[in-house]
Amino acid sequence: MKPAPFVHHAPRSVEEAVSVLAQVGHDGKILAGGQSLIPVLNMRLASPAHLVDINRVTGIDQVEVGDDAVRVGALVRHAELEYHEGAYAALPLLRQALVNVAHPAIRNRGTTVGSIAHADAAGEMPAILALTGGVVEATGPRGAREIAAVDFFQGPLETSLAEDELAVAVRFPRFAPGTATAFAESARRHGDYALAGVAAAVTVRDGVITDARSSFVSVTDVPSVLDLTDVVGGSEPGTADWAAAAEAVRAHVEPEADIHATADYRRMLAGELARRVLCQAAENAATTKGSSDR
Amino acid sequence: MTDMTTEQVHDVTVNVNGVPRTATVPARRLLSDFLRHDLELTGTHVGCEHGVCGACTVLLDGKPMRSCLMFAVTAQDHRITTVEGLCDAPDARPCATGERMNPAQQAFAECHGLQCGFCTPGFLTTVTAYLEENPSPSQEEAREAISGNLCRCTGYQNIVKSVLRAAEIRTERLEENAGESA
Ligand SMILES: Cc1cc2nc3c(=O)[nH]c(=O)nc-3n(C[C@H](O)[C@H](O)[C@H](O)COP(=O)(O)OP(=O)(O)OC[C@H]3O[C@@H](n4cnc5c(N)ncnc54)[C@H](O)[C@@H]3O)c2cc1C
Ligand code: FES
Ligand code: FES
Repeated sequence: MKPAPFVHHAPRSVEEAVSVLAQVGHDGKILAGGQSLIPVLNMRLASPAHLVDINRVTGIDQVEVGDDAVRVGALVRHAELEYHEGAYAALPLLRQALVNVAHPAIRNRGTTVGSIAHADAAGEMPAILALTGGVVEATGPRGAREIAAVDFFQGPLETSLAEDELAVAVRFPRFAPGTATAFAESARRHGDYALAGVAAAVTVRDGVITDARSSFVSVTDVPSVLDLTDVVGGSEPGTADWAAAAEAVRAHVEPEADIHATADYRRMLAGELARRVLCQAAENAATTKGSSDR
Repeated sequence: MTDMTTEQVHDVTVNVNGVPRTATVPARRLLSDFLRHDLELTGTHVGCEHGVCGACTVLLDGKPMRSCLMFAVTAQDHRITTVEGLCDAPDARPCATGERMNPAQQAFAECHGLQCGFCTPGFLTTVTAYLEENPSPSQEEAREAISGNLCRCTGYQNIVKSVLRAAEIRTERLEENAGESA
């Protein structure tokens, strides 16, 4: 099918984009990579009267690696972040997750910020923003503000961004020294949306786990973080009760059934994937003592 | 709602296969339809129109992308390579039928990488770009490289063979080219 008619706006700056958004407001949609929006338009599940195409906006296409965080501009494509060596060194979790986002042709066009603004709990990057305790930098007619991940994701495909606000960038904070991460998911075909996916970050100091948390793909309504420090904290990575951690994950997730998998199967998958990634992250944290580069 | 009778049009100029091409189209014209209907380059195929099948894959500034998930207005001033443009690649060579073919095209012909050919343009653009990044893939890597494209004739075994053969042909031709310019 084809999209319904719309008026195309091609602002060149963030200011211009915001002023167009202020005019078209609730009848407008931002177009970034279009890899989620255009299918919806093609199927006429939505027909906004105005599209604010940000692909020509200057100054929002940078990946900036700082001491505290990796900052990703709204026009950075998934593939650019995936291949960014500085971002990988600072936060390997980004690449660990990005290789699972769709297929390369879609990663070449889709943006990481767009994926977070789309807030699909089946998307990898919303889960990563949640796990890192990230921040969305938004700008709108009422000025600029920063929204923490916990306040950003409100419901399925629902965020606290106003209709006339542009997410200019997101910041993924780096983990504390001694932390390692891992990501795994199970999909029917590599590149498809996951049946279940789990990201883990584990901190080890002086041989014992001091922090362990995970976030989830496709098995919760809204990206969420489960703190497992109470379950495995104080243990050595080799002897920690990973089965108990997996049980806590199974209790936390709320998968839905669809034609591909039952809710029970997804819950089982989430538990098993969690056991594997937590264990792997803990072992890596133990062997790369004190370094946050892994 | 926008009034259908007064739908705005845009002059869109895109460099397609090395040639600047212009057409006047509404903003909602998908790049796939722009190529097929407005520019009459029907090599790019359209299967699903939601990014899943890969038949519409073209190279935008050298990188594979879904032309059904882009608007022609957004592609303004960008460089597009469609399947028709692959035969102009520096490593394309005349084949038995007299047409010029790039390594991927030649390999698909040799290895029976196509049956009805509907999915083939998307596979050829995808594989051409992939081999730039990974010139000698393993069988497993070749399989993964094409996992974003669907073939209803289910010729995957031969398509995987074609990817591996394309890599060989490409390497041979690069060596020949290097020899010629030495
Ligand atoms: C076949 C297929 C498979 C896919 N598989 C996966 C997958 O496995 N995992 C996954 O995570 N994703 C997947 N995707 C989606 C893909 O990752 C998208 O790129 C991403 O979800 C949206 O990014 P985008 O830049 O394309 O956004 P768009 O499609 O342009 O926009 C999506 C939504 O976000 C809004 N938006 C975009 N940018 C901003 C901004 N800067 N500020 C405010 N609002 C904004 C838009 O208005 C729209 O509502 C898949 C897509 C396809 C077509
Ligand atoms: S037609 Fe574009 S991916 Fe199927
Ligand atoms: S050859 Fe027929 S669809 Fe692939």
